[in-house]
Amino acid sequence: MSTTSVLGGIVRRREDPALVRGKGRYVDDVKFPGELAVAFVRSPFAHARITSIDTSAAAAMDGVHAVYTIDDVRHLGPVPAQVPIGTLRPLLADGTVHHVGEAVAMVVADDRYVAQDAAELVVVDYDPLPAVVDLEEALRDEVQAHEGKSNVLLTWHGQDWWPGVTDELVDPKPQIEEAKAREDTVVVSLRMTNQRLLPTMIEPRVTVANWNGGYGAFEIWSATQIPHALAGAIGKIFGLPSNKVRVVAPEVGGGFGAKLNIYPEDILCAFASQQLERPVRFVETRREAAVATIQGRGWVGTATLVGTRDGKILGYELEAICDMGAYSHNFTVAIPALGLFVAPGQYDIPTHYELHCVVTNLPTTDAYRGAGRPEAAYYLERIIDHYARTIGMDPAEVRKRNFWPPDAFPVTTSVGLTMDSGDYARNLDALLEWADYEGMKRRRDEARAEGRLVGVGLGTYVEVCGFGPSALAGLGFSWSEYGMPSAFNGSGVVRVNPDGTCTVIIGTGPSGQGHETTWSQIVAEELGIELDAIEVLHGDTAESPFGVGTFGSRSLAVDGTAAFEAASRVRAKAAKIAAHLLEAAPEDIRFADGGAHVAGSPDKAVTWGEIATSAYQPHTLPEGMEGGLEATAVFSPPNATWPFGAHLAMVEVDPDTGNVEILEYWAMDDCGNVVNPMIVAGQIHGGIAQGIGQAMFEHAVYDEDGNLLSAALMDYPMPTAGDLPSFKLNRTTTPTDVNPLGVKGIGEAGTIGSAQTIVNAVVDALAPLGIEHVDMPLRPRAVWEAIQKARG
Amino acid sequence: MTMYPRKFDYVAVGSVAEAVEALRATEGAKVMAGGMSLLPLMKMRLLSPTTVVDIGRVPGLDSIEDRGDHLAIGALVRHADTAANELVRTHAPALATAASLTGDVQVRNRGTTCGSLAHADLAADQTAAVLALGATLVAQGPSGTREIPADEFFVDTLTSALEPDEVLVEVRIPKGGTGSAYDKLGRRGGRSDYAVAGAAAWVERSNGTVTAARVALTGVGTKPTRARGVEEAIVGTDGSASAIEAAARRAVEGVTVLEDLYGSEEYKAHLAEVYVARALAAALG
Repeated sequence: MSTTSVLGGIVRRREDPALVRGKGRYVDDVKFPGELAVAFVRSPFAHARITSIDTSAAAAMDGVHAVYTIDDVRHLGPVPAQVPIGTLRPLLADGTVHHVGEAVAMVVADDRYVAQDAAELVVVDYDPLPAVVDLEEALRDEVQAHEGKSNVLLTWHGQDWWPGVTDELVDPKPQIEEAKAREDTVVVSLRMTNQRLLPTMIEPRVTVANWNGGYGAFEIWSATQIPHALAGAIGKIFGLPSNKVRVVAPEVGGGFGAKLNIYPEDILCAFASQQLERPVRFVETRREAAVATIQGRGWVGTATLVGTRDGKILGYELEAICDMGAYSHNFTVAIPALGLFVAPGQYDIPTHYELHCVVTNLPTTDAYRGAGRPEAAYYLERIIDHYARTIGMDPAEVRKRNFWPPDAFPVTTSVGLTMDSGDYARNLDALLEWADYEGMKRRRDEARAEGRLVGVGLGTYVEVCGFGPSALAGLGFSWSEYGMPSAFNGSGVVRVNPDGTCTVIIGTGPSGQGHETTWSQIVAEELGIELDAIEVLHGDTAESPFGVGTFGSRSLAVDGTAAFEAASRVRAKAAKIAAHLLEAAPEDIRFADGGAHVAGSPDKAVTWGEIATSAYQPHTLPEGMEGGLEATAVFSPPNATWPFGAHLAMVEVDPDTGNVEILEYWAMDDCGNVVNPMIVAGQIHGGIAQGIGQAMFEHAVYDEDGNLLSAALMDYPMPTAGDLPSFKLNRTTTPTDVNPLGVKGIGEAGTIGSAQTIVNAVVDALAPLGIEHVDMPLRPRAVWEAIQKARG
Repeated sequence: MTMYPRKFDYVAVGSVAEAVEALRATEGAKVMAGGMSLLPLMKMRLLSPTTVVDIGRVPGLDSIEDRGDHLAIGALVRHADTAANELVRTHAPALATAASLTGDVQVRNRGTTCGSLAHADLAADQTAAVLALGATLVAQGPSGTREIPADEFFVDTLTSALEPDEVLVEVRIPKGGTGSAYDKLGRRGGRSDYAVAGAAAWVERSNGTVTAARVALTGVGTKPTRARGVEEAIVGTDGSASAIEAAARRAVEGVTVLEDLYGSEEYKAHLAEVYVARALAAALG
């Protein structure tokens, strides 16, 4: 269907014809003449002193151009981090390795095969040290992951997470303790693991750096979510002005937060290119990605809830240990804080958080789809379910009794943040009615009567996303380490070309989300230019205004709004030009059907081509008007946005094998206004699949020595379409006033809402056996073992 | 960490004889059909053959033939073809099912039944099926062809009875029996992915009595194995649910059960019983 009525309409993704036919342009599709390839020597030990490195045999091999160790690059400093708490990662291991897979040496060779052969010839002697893998052990701090440094980087508390911001907050701990001590209350508690995950983007990391000594400039193509930050960092590290570093992120094959980092390989490719005056390319292998790219989640904690017997929750506490891994990358210690921001979820409940951020001898953790928020939603929604079962109340009813009412918004939660808008009861009621919750429970009970293990599970969530506000930068989320301005704004250029077509240039780039279609729709709606006449350019620092990056479900709310505002300015100018051409007043000009006309006189019309041609022939413009037809807008949101939703699943457990089958999955999400329902549905689909991946399949399993036992996809099961039911998706719409489009963000919502929904459903199925909890992933083995244990 | 193989030579042969000659003449050469198992091992450098002998273009190896008392499946018959073939579905449903549950769509369209058998992965699907079906594997080497009973073919993890200079040219599945079936629990749950545990069963029933049975397990031990205790127990019974249940209890008799990421010894032994029972019930059903 082709349409120009676009906001809120289903428009097929314009990028897909190229992407699905293999005609999209990714970094590895772009080749430079004379390229060299790199391979890394990586540590087989989680913690060991390097006693010697002998690179001579590798360096002597035919086709090898250089072998670098830390001695060659120490002067460049560590990998920059936005929240530089903890040990920053050296470009190559400096004396001691701190996790399996840490890069020790880099070989640069004619091609990747030679590079790999040579890497095998580098001889590294190690003196192993005790590795810290277990989170409880890390917190005890008896053995250090970094010798001489405490494993405990910091502890996030619910009410003092930022001096100056949270000073006025009252710690509800005494109030919660008092409620626990009352005789008429129920206290429930569960210890739960939120396991480590591998992001596993379909396109692993790829970077090619090309130093041009003649121009004294870098051209770097990288599969990154933050091209401007990479350009800034390279400039800062190599002492170059920002306009001498061009970073291009063309199509990016998934990021999920893992590409929201600058990695040593990026900087090392630039270094080698400068040294050797050749383009240098790094293509991460799938097994490298399992140890050298950041990982996600990795919490173990105890959730405790106190409430009355009639469903009024009086307090919620979470004490958890959060695995930071060996080095701090971009956000690392800030990721648990994102969980803290949404700790009370949709509920008006006193909340006390203690999150101990500990260092281990495992790969670094950082933002991974949802980043802190899935963990928070998981613990909260699991313990609420447990509470509901304990007091014998329907879990939907318990939730409704504790929701923030719609008239309370904007709400300042007990952790001190202000939520823009929400209508939680309406959202949940809509889900329950649409999915026939009562009927579902009846079918469950009938199945149970036949001896089947069938369960129904509910989960709700609140997400904080669409970052901004820019003031976040003042809270320690500072881009200055990357040589960038510290802000969380969005930026966009809208240009109408002389032929009446339109070019939109955005400072960030998509990693598969459909930005080109979405931005086109916004601009088409504002200008009345046909969708097909709009081209969106993205991810190139040389051509785009400064942009922060695509992450935290922020692109639409922030960059999309910037595109909208730029389009509005172009429209205002075009109205003046059209008025001049049509001899009418600007306020009488209307835009439609690829041009402008005078209100009430559709025959008095000019096309966008005529308007634009005039704009680029300044002598035809009104007296004193500057030529050209483009605008740049920078949008600085006053707050983040707070989407929410409720999910519902029905599952069946095979008691003989522990196998879980998802029978039905229903989701009612609310991301405010919607630009393209199909893209929103696609984001929710992928998000739910990823959340179910955590709930049922995925687990980065380490042995006690810190070896990853699930480094290959053979041992790291990812959900596929065949493993999942057909999701039923629906929405309520509660717009935000944080941006003029009223949009919130949907990239992570599915992931944040789904894991607890599945686990709640499985635990419901197992409840007749007396089972209260099973840790993720709910692989058949885990479920069967829980059943065995329950049956004694 | 690598996904790039070491340097190797490649030769695409025009006949099995050429393949055998290439294997004989080159120390460390490996034969390749679909490449679905060999190439990942090479990329991870777990295996670095000096020469890859590609039989993919040898004519005449890609058919499934009805030879009267048995079916013959050629070395280049893809999993997808084995799964969809009417002859296989009629005479050897255990193998058709096992082939349909092997790998994913891409693997099934590219990988071969004989290749999977020769690879002898401990958690493969079709290995158990050919054991239960009493298949014969035909190897061609420098001194001609020889027939290897399935029971003697799977020697150990990733080790078959093939000599380095032999090519598995076909697998022969005898016709007969009342029915056969294969079922498994996959690593992603359901039947997806490698078998956490799986079982194939073939039975012959006459006048209501089970007169012969072969049952095989995959995924639970170091190699696909016959569950002889089960066979012993089910023969002579009426094949009823209770007879199946009793027989299945002997699933891992004499089998060394191995723990992995997907199952403890106890769980795998239990699953062996569950899937033996399911396969038997389906074969008798």
